[in-house]
Amino acid sequence: MASIEFRKVTKSFGDSTVIKDLDLTIADGEFTVLVGPSGCGKTTLLRMIAGLDPQTSGAVLIDGKDVTQIAPGQRGVAMVFQNYAIYPTMSVRENIEFGLKNNKVSKEERTELVESISATVGLSEYLDRKPSTLSGGQRQRVALARAMVKKPSVFLMDEPLSNLDAKLRIQMRIELIELHKKLGTTFVYVTHDQVEAMSMADTIVLMNKGVIQQEASPDLIYREPNNRFTAQFVGVPPMNVAPLGTDGAHFGFRPESAVLTRTPSDAWFRYKGVITTREMLGSETIYQVKNEQFTFMIKCYEDLFTVDEHVYVGVPVEKIMLFGADENRIPREDPRAADYLERLRRQGDE
Amino acid sequence: MNSKWRYGVTGISVALKSVVLLIFLFPFVWMITTSLKTFPETMIFPPKLLPALPQWSNFVTAMQSGPFLTYTKNSIIVTLSIIVIQMLVMIPAAYAFAKYKFRGQHFFFALVLLAFMIPGQVTFIPIYLMLADWGLVHTLWPQILPFAANAFGIFLLRQYFMQVPSEIIESARLDNANEFTIMRKIMVPMSIPALATIGLFSFVSHWNDYFWPLVMTDSTGVRPLTIGIAMLRETEGISNWHIIMAGNVVLVVPILLVYLFCSKQIVKAFVYSGIK
Ligand SMILES: Nc1ncnc2c1ncn2[C@@H]1O[C@H](COP(=O)(O)OP(=O)(O)OP(=O)(O)O)[C@@H](O)[C@H]1O
Ligand SMILES: [Mg+2]
Repeated sequence: MASIEFRKVTKSFGDSTVIKDLDLTIADGEFTVLVGPSGCGKTTLLRMIAGLDPQTSGAVLIDGKDVTQIAPGQRGVAMVFQNYAIYPTMSVRENIEFGLKNNKVSKEERTELVESISATVGLSEYLDRKPSTLSGGQRQRVALARAMVKKPSVFLMDEPLSNLDAKLRIQMRIELIELHKKLGTTFVYVTHDQVEAMSMADTIVLMNKGVIQQEASPDLIYREPNNRFTAQFVGVPPMNVAPLGTDGAHFGFRPESAVLTRTPSDAWFRYKGVITTREMLGSETIYQVKNEQFTFMIKCYEDLFTVDEHVYVGVPVEKIMLFGADENRIPREDPRAADYLERLRRQGDE
Repeated sequence: MNSKWRYGVTGISVALKSVVLLIFLFPFVWMITTSLKTFPETMIFPPKLLPALPQWSNFVTAMQSGPFLTYTKNSIIVTLSIIVIQMLVMIPAAYAFAKYKFRGQHFFFALVLLAFMIPGQVTFIPIYLMLADWGLVHTLWPQILPFAANAFGIFLLRQYFMQVPSEIIESARLDNANEFTIMRKIMVPMSIPALATIGLFSFVSHWNDYFWPLVMTDSTGVRPLTIGIAMLRETEGISNWHIIMAGNVVLVVPILLVYLFCSKQIVKAFVYSGIK
């Protein structure tokens, strides 16, 4: 078990600086998910923890100890790669055993560990098979078993589920959450899929272009986004955001915060529009409601409207969020907030 | 396309292949049949392909007309040593060129390619002088040491190693494997076809090598089979072709055996490297 700390870490590849002066603490024993759009530096961060691509400057600490000078194999870290990186010429057993052998674990102990781990991940029948004869899901399990068997204090996973089909992915998600509960070790999990992040994480670290946007529980990230990027990254569909028409400020609301009616509403923010698309997803329906000024996605739990219908959109004041020109959230206490909200209300009268 | 036309094309293709096969095979067949002829049979005109009665004793004669045990032993030691030493040099070199980033990488790789292009005929005098300086001329080393680094092998194996995903190597490093273990347990097992190909090429060229031992050796004790068989001509007189051919058959048999043994791996190597 171990915490991980980045102190003023900078990472450059040649001339391009991917991460600059990053500070981050990943709590011991937590399931932390690094999430962000493609190319934002998630893998880079993970590889710095593992020591595969050391930082250009700054320090990485595991369990309070600077590991800059410590080789990847000595850091107590295990990693599951996106393409699994299973040793193709070794049997499943040899794959799982390889790390133990290198650590000079005795043969009896090795056999025992391999048997128990492979039972945990459901690979017992396949121990003597070659990886090329396994399915994608089974290979994924080999990669997991290989990481688990070393009893690492930190588990790093780089989009481990992205090569699986949707159903298996959801099943593996649950298995990983249970695995984390059982092992109680620090998990650092990378994904670009916000749904995966929301459903698995204790703490989400949301990144964009090498900069941490917000670091909080899934719940807080969703309800209290720090800035426009966070607001628009999480949620399906993401938050509706539009310019307020003054100071470069924006306002936003979640698709499910709006109410659709056929008669004019007296909600704080309101507009009349026409439904241009309708997505029926089973328990909920997502409409796109458009007028000359706004195009917003509205989520309803009843499927009452049809395409081309004219409807009124209404959002209560407590559901509205404000963002400044710097993209940061403007809290309600801020002197500007009252003014901006008032503007928004008047807009509906026009 | 109608079937007549297709049959025609197939027919031409088969015919052409047969011609090529004959051109390649004929000298070989001629060598084997000659090795079984009597002396007069090698001389008659017009020549006959097959001997009246196979003269197996030709082989005995050939082997007894010189210290062939020594020649054979030398050939085996030299060829095997070359292959072993080449592997020991080639694997780490190819691994470094394929998977490491180091200063002067391109320069050193260019040097390897350059070495690949310089024929032995250009370098044998300085090499001979150097080895003489070290007092090695009466040993087998002059036939082994100059071939310790196989430039073609390093090149081919590097291409092969570059196809191994870096994540596999990184995984091994996280599994606390040292670089030696990574080569032995991961890179080499993944490259068996390439190694078999390189080994076979190396075996054939050094087993058959005539020029290098000719210029590097000056005593019977260190000469290989190729030189021994060439000397049959002198010891037996210029026209004893049946004996010389018997010697050649003895020389060629190990190559055929090794080829049969490796052919599957070699085809694989060419498929993998995308040459085929
Ligand atoms: N070895 C490298 N050499 C040069 N640039 C690199 C290297 N590795 C990563 N980068 C750059 O660093 C940035 C971050 O890459 P990284 O792989 O960390 O992204 P990521 O967040 O993992 O994205 P994805 O979700 O697509 O995997 C990218 O712009 C990438 O081009
Ligand atoms: Mg990545």
